[in-house]
Amino acid sequence: MNRTVPLAAPGVRRIRQNDRLAFNAIGYVLVTAFGLACVLPFLLILINSFTSESALMHNGYQFILKEVSLQAYSLAFKSPQRIFWAYRNTVCVTILGASIAVILASMTGYVLQRRDFPWRNGFSLFFFFTTLFSGGLVPWYILCSKYLSFRNNYHALLLPMLFSVWNMIIAKNFMKSIPYEITESAKVDGANDIVIFFRLILPLSTPLLATLGLFSALAYWNDWFNSMLFITKENKMSLQYFLQEMINSIQALKNLVSMGAGAASLSGMVSLPQETMKMAMTVITTGPIILLYPLVQRYFVKGLTIGAVKG
Amino acid sequence: MQDVISPRPILNPNERTAWQRFTRNLWQHKYLLLMLLPALAYVIIFSYLPMAGIVIAFKKFNYNQGILGSPWVGFKNFRFLMMSNKLAFLTRNTLLYNLAFITVEMAVEVVFAILINEITSKRFKRVFQSFMFLPYFISWVVVAAIVQAVLGYEYGMINGLIETLGGERINIYANKDIWPVLLVLFRVWKMAGYGSVVYLATITGIDPEMYEAASIDGANVWQRVRYITMPGLKPTMLIMFLLALGQVFRGDFGLFYQLIGNNAAILPKTDILDLFIYRALASTSDFGMSSAAGLYQSVLCFATVMIVNGVIRKVQPDYSLF
Repeated sequence: MNRTVPLAAPGVRRIRQNDRLAFNAIGYVLVTAFGLACVLPFLLILINSFTSESALMHNGYQFILKEVSLQAYSLAFKSPQRIFWAYRNTVCVTILGASIAVILASMTGYVLQRRDFPWRNGFSLFFFFTTLFSGGLVPWYILCSKYLSFRNNYHALLLPMLFSVWNMIIAKNFMKSIPYEITESAKVDGANDIVIFFRLILPLSTPLLATLGLFSALAYWNDWFNSMLFITKENKMSLQYFLQEMINSIQALKNLVSMGAGAASLSGMVSLPQETMKMAMTVITTGPIILLYPLVQRYFVKGLTIGAVKG
Repeated sequence: MQDVISPRPILNPNERTAWQRFTRNLWQHKYLLLMLLPALAYVIIFSYLPMAGIVIAFKKFNYNQGILGSPWVGFKNFRFLMMSNKLAFLTRNTLLYNLAFITVEMAVEVVFAILINEITSKRFKRVFQSFMFLPYFISWVVVAAIVQAVLGYEYGMINGLIETLGGERINIYANKDIWPVLLVLFRVWKMAGYGSVVYLATITGIDPEMYEAASIDGANVWQRVRYITMPGLKPTMLIMFLLALGQVFRGDFGLFYQLIGNNAAILPKTDILDLFIYRALASTSDFGMSSAAGLYQSVLCFATVMIVNGVIRKVQPDYSLF
C-alpha cells in the first residue's frame, strides 16, 4: 500500500480536493439556506413587534421597517398584571419542576442499573411498559380533574411532567458508565445507598444533570396543554397558554369585525394594535428561553449523545 | 442462603427459605427501594391507574357518578365510533402523516449531519448548528404565531411578496390541499436541527482511521460517505426509526392543534386521531366515545410496537428494543 501512495498521490489529491470542494460547496449552500430558514422567522417576529399597527396593516409583515414604534410593548405593559402572573407561574413551575424531575429520573435510573439490586429487571419492565401502552387521554384527564383536583390548581402545571420514563432510561444508561467500584467501596465503608447516590454519584453526573435539566425545563417552559385542560383562572395560567389565549382572542375579535359587528364598536376594536401586540407578546414569552440557549448549548449538544436511547 | 437454618420444624422448607430470602433482600435493599418509591408511586398513579380507567370506554360515563358509579353499556361507545365512519379516515391520516414525518425528517437530518460534518470552518459549523436548533426551543404556540406572520392572508409576508410581484393574494388558511405539505415542512423545520445533532454525534464516533485509509486508497468524498458514513449511521438510524414507528399511530397533537385547531376549511385533509379524541373530550364532553377512540389508538400502538419488535428480534436481534 505504501508503495502505491507516491505513485497515485498527485492525481488522487487533485480529485480528492475537487470533489471535497464540490461537496463543501453544496454543504455551505444547503446549511446556510436551512439555517437562515430557521432564524429568519424569529427575526421577522422580533422586527415587526417594533412597528406601529397602522404601518403593519399598510405594509404587512416586512423585514425592513418603514416606521419604528414601541406602541405594542407600551400597550402590553400598560396592564402588566396578566403577563406578570403568567411569568411568575411558569418560572416557578419550571425551576421547581425541572429540579425535581432531574433528581427523580437520575435517582430511579441509578437504582435500576445497580447490579446488586435483585429486582432491577422486573422494575425496569414495570416502568418501560408505560411507554408501550397507555390508558389514553380521557381516563388520565378524569383521574386528574375529578380525583386529584387538578382544576385551577398549581399542581396541574407541575405534576404531569414530573417523571419521564425516557429521561429515566437516559439516566440509567449514563449511570452504567460510572464504575460500580465506587458504590461498592462506599458500601464497604458503611455508607447507605441514599448517601452514596447524593454524595458520590450525583457529583459525577453533571453532564447528565445538565441535559435532563434542560429537557425538563424546556418541557415546562413550553407547556400549554396542561393549562388548556385544567386552568380557567387568569392568575394560574402558564405563559405559553396565556400567549395562545391572547392570539385566539385577537383572532376571534377579527372574525367578529369581518362579520360586521356594529360600526361604533368596530372602529374601537380596529384601533387596538392586534398584530403587533401578538408579535410583542411572542417576543416577551419566548425571549428568556432563547437567551438561555447560547449559555446551555454547549451542554446540550454534548448531552444529547449521553445514554443514546437503548433500553 | 445456605446458612439459613431454622431451629423450628418447617412444613414447606422451600417456601420458607424463599420467603426468608425475600424478606432479607427487602431489608438489605431498603434504601434502594426507598429511592425507587417516588417514581414507582408516580407511574402507578399517572400511568397504571388510567389504564384501569379504560373501563370508561365500556360505560356511559357521567362525571358526577364517577368511574365506578357510571352504568355499563358494553360496546355501545365503539359502535358509535364505527358509525361515525371517521375511524378509518382518521387512522389513515395519522399513519400517513407520521410516516411522512419519520421519513422526511430522517432524510433531512442525515443529509445535514453529513454535510455539516464535512464543513471545514468550525465557526460556521457552530453558528449554523445553533441556528438550526432554534426552532426546537419554542412551543407550537409560537410556531403558530410565526406561521400566521409568514402565511397570513391580509398581512402575511408571502402574500405581501406575491402582491408586490403583481400576483393575487392566496388564502392559505382556506386551501386544504397545501396543508399536508406545509405540516411536514413545519415539523421538519422544528425537529431536524435536533435530529441532525444526534446523527452528527454518531458520525463523530466513527473511527477516523477508516476515512484516512479510504482516502489513501483513492476514495472520493461520495464514496467515503456511501461506504463509511452511511454504514456507520445505520444502527442509529434503525433505532430512531424503530422508536418512531412505535408511535406511528400517535399524532403530534401540538403541531396539529396549534396550526390547524378547529379550522373547518382544512380539517378534511388534516384531521387525526388525537385531534378527534381531544374534540370529543373538550367540545362535546363525549367521554365514552373519546375514551373508546383512545383505547383503539393505544391498542393500535401497542400492537405495532410488539409486531415491529418481534420481527426485528427475528431478523436482527441486536437492534430490537426489548
